[in-house]
Parts: sequence; structure tokens; C-alpha cells
Amino acid sequence: MTAETIVLRGRKVVGGCAEGEALVTRETISGWGGIDPMTGTVIETHHELRGVSFKDKVLVFPGAKGSSGWSNAFHMTRLTNSAPKAMVFNIINTKIALGAVVTRAPAVTDLDQDPLTVIETGDWVKVDGDRGVVEVTKRQHPAARRESAS
Amino acid sequence: MRLTDDERAMLDGKGGQAVQKAMELLVRYGEALGAERFVDTNNVAGVPGSSTLFLKKYYEQHAGNGGYEAIYSLYDLDADQIMSVPKANTYCCHLQGGMDPENWAELGMSEEAHQHFQEDEAQVAARGIQILKTCTPYLAGNVPAKGEHCAWMESSAVVFCNSVIGARTNTEGRESTSAATLTGKIPDWGFHRDESRRGTHRIEVHVPVESVLDWGMLGYFIGYAVEENIPVITGALSQSNLIRHKHFGAAAASSGGVEMYHIVGVTPEAATLEMAMGPSRPAATIPYGPAERRAIYDRLNSVGRDPNVDYVMLGCPHYSIEQMAEAARLLAGKKIRSGCHLWIFTSRSVKGMADRNGYTKAIQDAGGLVMTDTCSAISRAVPKGTKVVALDSAKQTHYLPAMANVEAWFGTTEDCIQAALTGRWNGELK
Repeated sequence: MTAETIVLRGRKVVGGCAEGEALVTRETISGWGGIDPMTGTVIETHHELRGVSFKDKVLVFPGAKGSSGWSNAFHMTRLTNSAPKAMVFNIINTKIALGAVVTRAPAVTDLDQDPLTVIETGDWVKVDGDRGVVEVTKRQHPAARRESAS
Repeated sequence: MRLTDDERAMLDGKGGQAVQKAMELLVRYGEALGAERFVDTNNVAGVPGSSTLFLKKYYEQHAGNGGYEAIYSLYDLDADQIMSVPKANTYCCHLQGGMDPENWAELGMSEEAHQHFQEDEAQVAARGIQILKTCTPYLAGNVPAKGEHCAWMESSAVVFCNSVIGARTNTEGRESTSAATLTGKIPDWGFHRDESRRGTHRIEVHVPVESVLDWGMLGYFIGYAVEENIPVITGALSQSNLIRHKHFGAAAASSGGVEMYHIVGVTPEAATLEMAMGPSRPAATIPYGPAERRAIYDRLNSVGRDPNVDYVMLGCPHYSIEQMAEAARLLAGKKIRSGCHLWIFTSRSVKGMADRNGYTKAIQDAGGLVMTDTCSAISRAVPKGTKVVALDSAKQTHYLPAMANVEAWFGTTEDCIQAALTGRWNGELK
């Protein structure tokens, strides 16, 4: 049984390598006031990931929004062991650049394919921050995907 | 990144170890951004070295030291060793913090937390950092000049700094401002550069936007519409003033990530539509009419169900002296309903003025509390047992319900004060 593997290439934001299960959202994420840094859970009222934790996931998202406390909130997740394993995102800004640096999680942006389209929640994702490479192994069974969504 | 001689010297340790680690962090950050160089800054607004009890205890446990310099080193500068932290090398101010210096017990803070707050403040003062303790530094002693390169935190202050004043700052974070305090450097990226300050999206306003409420709602709408792009607004806006810009920008920075906006004929880099947009065409033109206005009001009120209000919070962003006067006028000779709380948040500077003008006394005589330094969202503090809050700030309405697990109503300052006097929400969109 061979799994489908897709390779995306972009640029380093933070170096290092990590891998894990993807958590994908098409909505930007607020740091301060948008997540609970004690558990890594999204708490923003109208957010599609409300109540979902990114702890130990590879977080795939458009980018950061909201308060200047973004870096502080994600920095705190490193202290509480609730940080994402890696970050893959589309739009660079100061919040996410600083946040990714102090979270010390490998991070990549400016990819040659849209990670929000290619990667689905539950896919296995390897991030090589230094080379700017993201390797995606698709989940194999639609049944398993349904199970994880329930 | 290309470094100048003085930057290279700092990185080589010529300014001492803390400056070296600050420079290292700024280089990591600049490279993450894709910046090519730094710009000099002598106007920093952050929260250098200040911490919660959680951080203090965390480092006591994990590093054997939870003192000011330990937290500045390990957390603010993201270093792996504790260093001596020198005086600030820049003009730097401290933004809002976690508690009121007098009414901390009302906020539910412990004696231990208050003592830690006092110790931090003494350390901040000893380093020559101005203790403004507000989200509105431009109302309390730090007003940049047009074109000045700043390194500011606090999204509502950043958008005001760029849009209304025409000074230049990105939305910096705790760690970058703490590093800039010691180095006077920040990445030359984004809003420091002319080409990144021009409008990207056009907003056409077709419904009169006059009141503070309406300016706040328009800002909240625009944040969702443009996310972190730069809106250029034309149409039926009027009565531009400091309070309206303060509420507009804070709202747009919360629902989206707006760090700069242009209002044609009003803001300093938008004398004309052409000047605001530069050579590019708008990526989208978005109308704001009666239907959009109604929808954004309903969205802001979507977490309000129970009309029985037990807490009214005003002062997000921190109230100006004009707003303190307005609150005092609405409360004069009246009493807040038993069981209902009214807390009004401002800076120590503005409270000093409100004390002299009798506004603080008028608010207190009615049963309200005037607090400084913080707000309910920052301190995560609401009166005990609060279930339903009334707010006149779209920004606070965006954050507080999720953070404090409460229902919230959004309306005018007058709607909110009426709710405090009667215990009932009667606000409606007029």
C-alpha cells in the first residue's frame, strides 16, 4: 500500500525539522484573545477551529491576525508544551514571523502550491524549515478521514 | 541581512551580552520576515520585562530564577542564559499591564500578584522606560511625528500611529520591542517603507457614518472585508476626530489585521484617492450601505441574549478625557442599579485630568469605578458572577465574550450607561 506523497517548496521562516498530523484552517488565527496558550486551543468566537487544539500538530493556515500579543501567546504555548510541531502558512507578517521565531517551531511560507488546497486535516506532514520543503503524505482511507472528523 | 557597522558591533558583543542577544533575536526575526536591513528607531512602545505570576513561577521552577532580568533574558530576548539587563538605549514607553495599581483587589488580583506588579514597575522605571501603562500612548505622553520610525506593540495604537499620525510602525510584539529598547533597531520592512503604505482595497461608504458607534461598526466591517490589507475609504464619513479614529482603528485591527487605513481627504497620506492608492488599482471595491451596517450591528450583538446586564465596561481603547467627561455627564446625580457594576478604564495621565475636573468623583458618586493600566480583556477580570456585559467598543466585544465566557451587548456609550442605571439592555440600531 503506497501512500500519495506531495512535495511543496518554499522559503525558510524558522529552521529545523518536524513532522506530525496536519491541522488545516482557511481562516487566519488570532494569538492573544484568539487561542488559549495553556492548551493550544482556538477560542475565537466565530472561528471554524473554535475548541480545537493545535498542540503537537503541523498547523497549516493562511496567517496571523489580530493583537500584537500574537508572538507572546504562541511563545507561551512553547512553555506549556502546547505549541504546534511546525507551521506552514501563506502570508507573512510581523506577528507570525516573530511568533514563529520565539515558538522555535520549524516554519515555512511562500510555497509553490497553496498548502491550504493541497493539505487536509489528518494528512501526515514533514516540514524541513532550513530547506523550505514540506512533504505531505495523504491520508489513505476516506473512511478514516470521516472518523477523524466526527 | 545586510548589517551596518554599529549593528555588527552589537552582534559581536561590543554593547554587552543583553544587547548582543537582543540583536541576535532581531536578526532571526528580520530573516523570518525576509527583511534586508534594519531601520533606526528612537520610539519604542512595549511591555519590556513585565510578567504575570505564571511566567515568574515558570522560570523559578525551570531556570531557578523568576526575577525581572531572568524574564527579560529568557522570555523577552528568547536567550538561553540569564543576563544583566542595562538601561534602555531608546525613548521607550511601557504599554498597558495586568492590573490597576489601586483597585487591584476589585479585579480579583492577589496580594502576591500585586507585589510582583510593583516590583516589575520599579525595575521598568529603573531602566528609564516611561510608565504610561496604556493602550493609548498617544494620549498619555508619546505622540510621534509624521514619518518617524517607531517600534510599537498594541494593534489599536499601531493603526492610529500609521493612519492618523502618519508615523511608521509595524505591529511589533513583546520580544521585538524589548530587543529594540536595547538596540534602537527594528527590521526595515512593511510600514517603514513607502511602497507598503499604499491602499490595496477601496471601501465606498453609502450610509452616513457620523457617531462613534458608526465609526466603530465601519471599522469592524472593514477588518472582516480586507483582513490585513490597507483600505482606502471614500464617501459619507463625517465628524472625524480622535475618539472616532481610536474606535475605528481598534475595531478594524481586531476583526481583521488592519495596521493602516486611508480616508480620502482626512488622513495624512490620502489627500486624494490617487495619493492613497499609488500606482496600483484596488484589488476590490467593497460597498458599505444600510444592509452592511445592519449586518455588522447584528454580528456584534450575536453573543447577547439575556437583556439583564450585570457589568458595563467602558474604556477600550482607554478612554480619552473627552470620553471621561461624557461618562460623568451621563451619570451626574444618578445611581447605578444595585447588583450592576460599571468599570471605566483609562490611562493614569487621563485619570489625573479626570480627577482635577471632578469627572472621577462624578463616576464614583454614581457607583462606578475608574481604573487605569488595564482592561477586562487584558486582566481577564470581570466582576464576580458576571454573566452579561454591555460594551461600547467593537474591539472589546470581539474579545471579551470568548475570554471571560460571558454574553455581550454592543451599543453607544449612552446605551451602556443606561444599562448600568437600569440593569437592562435597551440598545437598538437607530
